[in-house]
Amino acid sequence: MGLDVAPATATAGATCSGAVHSWDLSTGVDGPGTRLVLFLAGCPLRCLYCQNPDTWSERDGARTTVPEVMQKVQRYRRILDRTGGGLTVSGGEPLLQPKFTAAVFKACQEDGVSTVLDTSGALGARATDDLLLDTDLVLLDIKSFVPATYAQVTGGGDVAPTLRFARRLAGLERRIWIRFVLVPGLNDAPGNLAPLADFVAGLGTVERVDVLPFHTLAIPKYQELGLTFPLTGHPTPTPEQTAAARHHFATRGLTVT
Amino acid sequence: MTDTIEQQPRTDEAWRSFGGSRWREHIDVPDFIRHNFTPYLGDSSFLLPATDRTLRVWSTVSALFPAERERGILDVDAVTPSTITSHQPGYIDRDAEVIVGLQTDAPLRRAIMPYGGLRMVEDSLQAYGRELDPSVRRIFSTYRKTHNDGVFDAYTPQIRAARKAAIITGLPDGYGRGRIIGDYRRVPLYGVARLIGEREQIKAALDERRSTADVIRDREELSEQIRALRELAEMAASYGFDVMRPAATAREAVQWLYLAYLAATKEQNGAAMSLGRTSTFLDIYLQRDLDAGVIDESEAQELVDQLVVKLRIIRFLRTPQYDALFSGDPTWVTESIGGIGADGRPLVTRSSFRFLQTLYNLGPAPEPNLTVLWSPELPAGFKEFAAQVSLDTSSIQYESDELLRSRYGDDAAIACCVSAAPVGEAMQYFGARVNLAKALLYAINGGRDEISGAQIATAARPVTGEVLRYDDVLDRLGTMMDWLARTYVDALNVIHYMHDKYAYERLEMALHHYPVHRTMACGIAGLSVTADSLSAIKHAKVRPVRDDRGLVVDYVTEGDFPTFGNDDDRVDDIAVHLVQTFMAKVRAQHTYRGAEPTQSVLTITSNVVYGKNTGNTPDGRRAGEPFAPGANPMNGRDHHGMLTAALSVAKLPYDDARDGISLTSSITPAGLGRTRSEQIANLAGVLDSYMDVGGFHLNVNVLNRETLLDAMEHPDKYPSLTVRVSGYAVNFVRLTREQQLDVVNRTFHAGL
Repeated sequence: MGLDVAPATATAGATCSGAVHSWDLSTGVDGPGTRLVLFLAGCPLRCLYCQNPDTWSERDGARTTVPEVMQKVQRYRRILDRTGGGLTVSGGEPLLQPKFTAAVFKACQEDGVSTVLDTSGALGARATDDLLLDTDLVLLDIKSFVPATYAQVTGGGDVAPTLRFARRLAGLERRIWIRFVLVPGLNDAPGNLAPLADFVAGLGTVERVDVLPFHTLAIPKYQELGLTFPLTGHPTPTPEQTAAARHHFATRGLTVT
Repeated sequence: MTDTIEQQPRTDEAWRSFGGSRWREHIDVPDFIRHNFTPYLGDSSFLLPATDRTLRVWSTVSALFPAERERGILDVDAVTPSTITSHQPGYIDRDAEVIVGLQTDAPLRRAIMPYGGLRMVEDSLQAYGRELDPSVRRIFSTYRKTHNDGVFDAYTPQIRAARKAAIITGLPDGYGRGRIIGDYRRVPLYGVARLIGEREQIKAALDERRSTADVIRDREELSEQIRALRELAEMAASYGFDVMRPAATAREAVQWLYLAYLAATKEQNGAAMSLGRTSTFLDIYLQRDLDAGVIDESEAQELVDQLVVKLRIIRFLRTPQYDALFSGDPTWVTESIGGIGADGRPLVTRSSFRFLQTLYNLGPAPEPNLTVLWSPELPAGFKEFAAQVSLDTSSIQYESDELLRSRYGDDAAIACCVSAAPVGEAMQYFGARVNLAKALLYAINGGRDEISGAQIATAARPVTGEVLRYDDVLDRLGTMMDWLARTYVDALNVIHYMHDKYAYERLEMALHHYPVHRTMACGIAGLSVTADSLSAIKHAKVRPVRDDRGLVVDYVTEGDFPTFGNDDDRVDDIAVHLVQTFMAKVRAQHTYRGAEPTQSVLTITSNVVYGKNTGNTPDGRRAGEPFAPGANPMNGRDHHGMLTAALSVAKLPYDDARDGISLTSSITPAGLGRTRSEQIANLAGVLDSYMDVGGFHLNVNVLNRETLLDAMEHPDKYPSLTVRVSGYAVNFVRLTREQQLDVVNRTFHAGL
């Protein structure tokens, strides 16, 4: 758990710490290039297809200071630079720990390290403008457009804060990659996808849209935790269903991958 | 030299338009390459598909593969011990073959090579329902001694015991040692007559020396080399070619080079029969003919394709057990491609691309073992194409050109998987490997085998007490390594003495400098399981469990401990220490013919068998479970991504493992990015990063749909197949069928 680093000596930034669940060096899937990905612990949503149920509670993390994070960043600095990568903060929900996330991003910007925020936007209001201005790219996961469906997918969440957050990002001229996890029969209705695509196209700072077919690979994780995967037995999208969903975005001139 | 006068007009013709001078006076292929090659900095858009003729040859020979797979071998000549000249010419489809020559008189018809060992030949034949010709048996059991016989005449009881207990494994004591690369390029560049002349001069220089054992052996070997060169010319003549003279055209250059290699495979059943570094050399001839308008790009590609067809059907007669150990029917016809020259120019030519293109023109294949010598400084177009070919075929491996060039110069090639040497300058005495994990268990048990209980190593007091102490175990392991290194190198000295005596690689050694540099290539298996075990002893609490023989047969481990593969110095340092320590023990040994001791961290797929022969280990691995291959982390114990695991491996010091450090990684295309161009750029970035931090070798396994479907049907073949999705990894064969199908669909449809 955490970063597996030796505790850094106390400095000014050390007073700010966060609950870090785990880390990874990943390539091509959490933003551009090879990235150090911090998975923060704790999430307010309970998405039916969540693949990281082990990060739901903040108690699942290890207290980690900003200097400890930056020590890790420096360790991989050459790789991150060489591949056009950087740091991604994911989770869990990074904006459940906005001060820590802001402090990490600020330190990265001071060091010239690219920053990516992977968020649902549900807690977007907690992000200060300073945090967002220190964010080079936002991976914004919009789980549905129709409020009732959003609540169903996320275990009771409200879509409005995410949409407000998206508009705010656009206003701050933040680059956005939209992520949409496709669950057939749940959030793939044209009545949900068409207005979502309109909304996304209207933002103006969206560089691409990732339509991700939901998967059941996390079932062993759920079993280890003694939980039941809510979508057990639910069919995963066919290539045709995925293509249809992508089509909604592509016809609005968006780059879809 | 007898040939000087008649040779002159021939070289004028063959060497027309070539530059440089040193290589004309001396046998110096790298000097020739340096002065004449044309670096290519562009992309792959010039490449062309296979010609109709190539496709005809390939489909004719491919049609034989199913029967071969089913029966194990297609056919064998069980009567004629193979020599360079033993068989009549053979063809696949004579009219369509642009490059000709087969090991025997028919494609896929295997030969017997009893000089390495008669038993291996008889066992192999028997396994495939064939019988050795009685007169051959009589000759090689009554009149002619084999390498195998010689070795067992000189093995000590200690070596035999260590071998039987599987702490020293895979020794080339009953078969050809291989891993020697003749500089086959010399034959097209100089012609055989000139090469014979050179050998005669070298031999004549020995006339002045007193006839000590070393000098006598050298004179005899040189005589054999000359004889082999003559046989090469004779064999070539049977196909209608005069290789006494240098090659004058591109087609001749490819043909001469292949015939030289073919001659080596007719007289040696080496464990790995690698080709060397030929693509940029051949490119000089292809480019000259292209410039002169004699051939076009399609014909240039055809020559490369048809050479590769031939390399794909190199076959040796081996036992099914051997094939099981190394998965399939490997020959390791390794060809090293790319790299950077000492003068900073990339050694990438259009033919570097053409060789990789064969994986499209003829489809993916494990042989020839195409090996890209990677440097962050390689031209972008070549990096991109190599990464693309990896994504599409998983058929390329990568080695660090940075490490190679700084140690061996810019004309080094890989033998087998990871063994580097400057071509034609150095040879290795292949030594397989010892089982390091077993050595640890022996250290704990005072030299007794943890399975049989037999005293194998020099007896020492076994560990006492309820909890293993790190310093104590490490100290005992050091002593055990002393014994192991001594016994191991003793065995190798015996083996290579006898191999030189009874199964000498005449033709391959004729294509080396004299005197040649030799390495004694030792190896270790089970590095990560041993490092993790020591980490458990150091960082957690490990209690030994003894059976009624007083033997420690199991371990109870309490607490967490760091494992190799997570870029965690607490355990990675242990792995580094193990590599350094065993290398130091090996260096302390006397080696046959003054060979320079080296070692590899490589198992290929034999990690499964080593695991089978090893009891429970302190890291929690159960008896019989496989080790990780090569220098890989133990399966499922690397938690932070493929590159993080690679960073742990990159810490292993290459200068203490000069015979190579192997890492195999599996990735899905989707794990490299959302779009194809991203995936290509990101894979190149991963390679740049790994080589930049000192990584030596990466076997990139980009999982394709066929692999995953096969894994669903045959999970036993893919115990460690890992599928990585954002954030975590899962073991593919443990997923339910539905989940597996989901991965298959996701990986190969979702992203496109």
